[in-house]
Amino acid sequence: MNIQATDIATYNFAYLDEQTKRMIRRAILKGIAIPGYQVPFASREMPMPYGWGTGGVQVTASIIGPDDILKVIDQGADDTTNAVSIRAFFKKVADVAVTTETEKATIIQTRHRIPEAPLHAGQVLVYQVPIPEPLRFLEPRETETRKMHALEEYGLMHVKLYEDIARHGHIATTYAYPVKVEGRYVMDPSPTPKFDNPKMNMSPALQLFGAGREKRIYAVPPFTKVVSLDFEDHPFEIQKFDQPCALCGAEQVYLDEVILDDKGGHMFVCSDTDHCEKRREDGHRGHMAPENESRASPSSSAGPSPRKDGEEEAPTLTPPSPRPLRGEGKGEGQHQTFEKSREAE
Amino acid sequence: MTDEPLFRVTSLSKYYGSRVGCEDITFDLWPGEVLAVVGESGSGKTTLLNCMSTRLMPTSGTAAYRMRDGTWRDLYRMSEAERRFLMRTDWGFVHQNPADGLRMTVSAGANVGERLMAVGDRHYGNIRSTAIDWLGRVEIGEDRIDDQPRAFSGGMRQRLQIARNLVTGPRLVFMDEPTGGLDVSVQARLLDLLRGLVTDLGLAAIVVTHDLAVARLLSQRMMVMKDGRVVETGLTDRVLDDPRAPYTQLLVSSILQV
Amino acid sequence: MYVAVKGGDAAISNAHQLLADRRRGDRSVPALRLDQIVEQLALGVDRVMAEGSLYDRELAALAIAQARGDMIEAIFLVRAYRTTLPRFGYTLPIDTAAMQVERRVSATYKDLPGGQLLGPTFDYTHRLLDPEIATGTPVAEPERREAEAGWMPRVSEILAHEGLIESDGELPEDHVTGDLTREPVEFPLERDLRLQALSRGDEGFLLALAYSTQRGYGRSHPFVGEVRIGEVEVEIDVPELPFAVPLGRIRVTECQMVNQFKGSAKVPPQFTRGYGLVFGQSERKAMAMSLCDRALRAREFGEDVVAPAQDEEFVISHSDNVQATGFVEHLKLPHYVDFQAELGLVRGMRAEHEARKRGDDQETREAAE
Repeated sequence: MNIQATDIATYNFAYLDEQTKRMIRRAILKGIAIPGYQVPFASREMPMPYGWGTGGVQVTASIIGPDDILKVIDQGADDTTNAVSIRAFFKKVADVAVTTETEKATIIQTRHRIPEAPLHAGQVLVYQVPIPEPLRFLEPRETETRKMHALEEYGLMHVKLYEDIARHGHIATTYAYPVKVEGRYVMDPSPTPKFDNPKMNMSPALQLFGAGREKRIYAVPPFTKVVSLDFEDHPFEIQKFDQPCALCGAEQVYLDEVILDDKGGHMFVCSDTDHCEKRREDGHRGHMAPENESRASPSSSAGPSPRKDGEEEAPTLTPPSPRPLRGEGKGEGQHQTFEKSREAE
Repeated sequence: MTDEPLFRVTSLSKYYGSRVGCEDITFDLWPGEVLAVVGESGSGKTTLLNCMSTRLMPTSGTAAYRMRDGTWRDLYRMSEAERRFLMRTDWGFVHQNPADGLRMTVSAGANVGERLMAVGDRHYGNIRSTAIDWLGRVEIGEDRIDDQPRAFSGGMRQRLQIARNLVTGPRLVFMDEPTGGLDVSVQARLLDLLRGLVTDLGLAAIVVTHDLAVARLLSQRMMVMKDGRVVETGLTDRVLDDPRAPYTQLLVSSILQV
Repeated sequence: MYVAVKGGDAAISNAHQLLADRRRGDRSVPALRLDQIVEQLALGVDRVMAEGSLYDRELAALAIAQARGDMIEAIFLVRAYRTTLPRFGYTLPIDTAAMQVERRVSATYKDLPGGQLLGPTFDYTHRLLDPEIATGTPVAEPERREAEAGWMPRVSEILAHEGLIESDGELPEDHVTGDLTREPVEFPLERDLRLQALSRGDEGFLLALAYSTQRGYGRSHPFVGEVRIGEVEVEIDVPELPFAVPLGRIRVTECQMVNQFKGSAKVPPQFTRGYGLVFGQSERKAMAMSLCDRALRAREFGEDVVAPAQDEEFVISHSDNVQATGFVEHLKLPHYVDFQAELGLVRGMRAEHEARKRGDDQETREAAE
């Protein structure tokens, strides 16, 4: 047995073979033609585990071309390990340009967030989806849920919301909040917080959803109506934060809670790292932002510009904390309040 | 009422291989009429019920239903979507075992409200007040609205199932041994309630039962089945007081003499 | 244009470097060669080929070495490579009756045409740890006999002569055998796809399900009609040639489970079958597969579906260990955006709860006054 290490295994451009890419593109086209409908596709094993974005990676691999500029986020951040890993994957197998700037990206692959900056026509947002079936936890059988979609039997979906209100006084679904697409299919927007749901409605960008393990692709074409399910007397509402981002001062954005100590100290910062950085580069400051922050560009005249290699030193083996903590925050007693729709009663 | 039937079954047969499920059943059901289908187990009454309610496809024959707009539709030629819509709006189906007809893990209110939501009702307050109203009509207290049927007694579950079926104002209700498995005292109360509701709402109903007392209390007309075929049909009082077919005579004498 | 991003890059690359170091272990110990793995950990290699759905010993050995002996990780590596390979065509069905049999046992007949052949089996070994393996004591050559050329009828065919067992069944003229690695799976499945899924399914999962049928959860009264292990020829049709072209030989394990069946209105009482076929040598997997296959045919025979092993959507949706491990392990990815949403909700609900409680206390006090 004489094995040459060099030729024992080789991979195609962008990893997937061309046959597979064509198959996935057909599924995507069908998904675009029937907004919100889950198209079964023969999902492939990918070199990252199922549940780690294989659906999104397959969609991205099938549509990416040499001129594309790719941005990958996880939890809204470009620097979370899985986002870094997927970006590195495409850098390696397709040698495409990558960016962290929402504005400059042509393809944005995401897990759990939609960027804060409005998307524009020509951009594609690729969602990683763990469980594509919005009815799954009400009805575990695929054979039955497909029938329910086909016959538009969505009463059960409202039963769930009814139960929330009966029990809690308001709808208690905070993420993966079901939507109806173009008045027909009920769709799972993937586990994004419901805060992001309104951004899906009439978006100029193409939104593609890939669920690798569950072997489904679905799509929301540009300028499509996406409506969150609700009751007339308990209308859909998004989360509101009662304070701005502690670093950039942004309001009406989704915030992450960062724990500062073991005594309940915490602060709230933008979940969208690119958005936060842009704002700080533009001179916005939150109440806990350090005066001379190294990550903001030294002179704001430079504007949004590509950062250079090695500008940020990485911590070693531990995954990076969600955000480098430089402020000396106390932040006690301030936390997010949940919108109480109960008062409407 | 009207001079046209609501439901019309013609030469309905269902075979399981060479075995007869039910054979050559023909009858009309009129609006507001309650028909009891009576027979021992194995007589084909459940097969007939399942065929009529489209849960089972017959081997031959037709069943036609007069829709609210007056048009007649052949049930077995309707699309599945149309059938399912009919079943959750204009029809009801009361199962012998309430667990088969209820969602045991959602509240009583949601059980009643589900059909309203399925036909597009999107006002929580209205759905809830309708549910409270219906719970009251089946003698379930308003304070139980957020409880799950798991916490209910057998009789309450059956009454909840009835409320769940009637909330959309159906015109035809199928009932499969609606009092089966309940204590005698609970049965009497349930039959009383059912009789009141059927009369008040002008419901047409087809009740399948082996219990002649249920037939006598609920139905105006009855059909006696044996070995998949109808052996006698007529007004309930007449059939029970003056049975003509030998089998009916045997049935009546063996059961009512108690 | 490439923009470096913070944090993760260096952390990941350092972690991978450390992983490579740990994989290699103590440098004073010679590195494993792939041929050593192929020759001496052959059943591990077989499992990786079977569940990786790729018959290639060297690649399986490489995967095992790279995965530090983690079998599911190795299977994953093989699958992720296999899926990128272009398809040139589909081979003809292999003929296991023409197998070069190395092992063949039947539990239903004491003797049968072709005989019983124990072959290389752990059966009847006493499970005593053998220190001689640690010291590398030379191993004697085995007894050999002339290979019997040709054909060894399957037990199912012997039973079929009397009509005692169901036949293979006829497929519709236009049936094209499915390929679950190329087409999306839709339930309910045809048996061809179901067998494919079982064949690459997780050995442990199928073993547990098979065991559950024996303990009464979907009992099927099984007998091992026969288990055979050996090499078969793989052939492919080439359009220009009037005959099939042999591609090579592969080793497979086949199990035909014979199960009682009472018959129905249409079918007289006869034995039914559960079928198992896997790459390499793995009786445990082939037998478990055949029990699961039979259990999953419940609906076909009009049997009540009451046990997990009979539930096709349940079994097939959860039998793939690459899918299962990915989704279970993905829970360690960050979920803090969703967790934040839940935090907000729970805090809000607790505040409401507190407010209600204060309100109630107030009322109680007022009522008491």
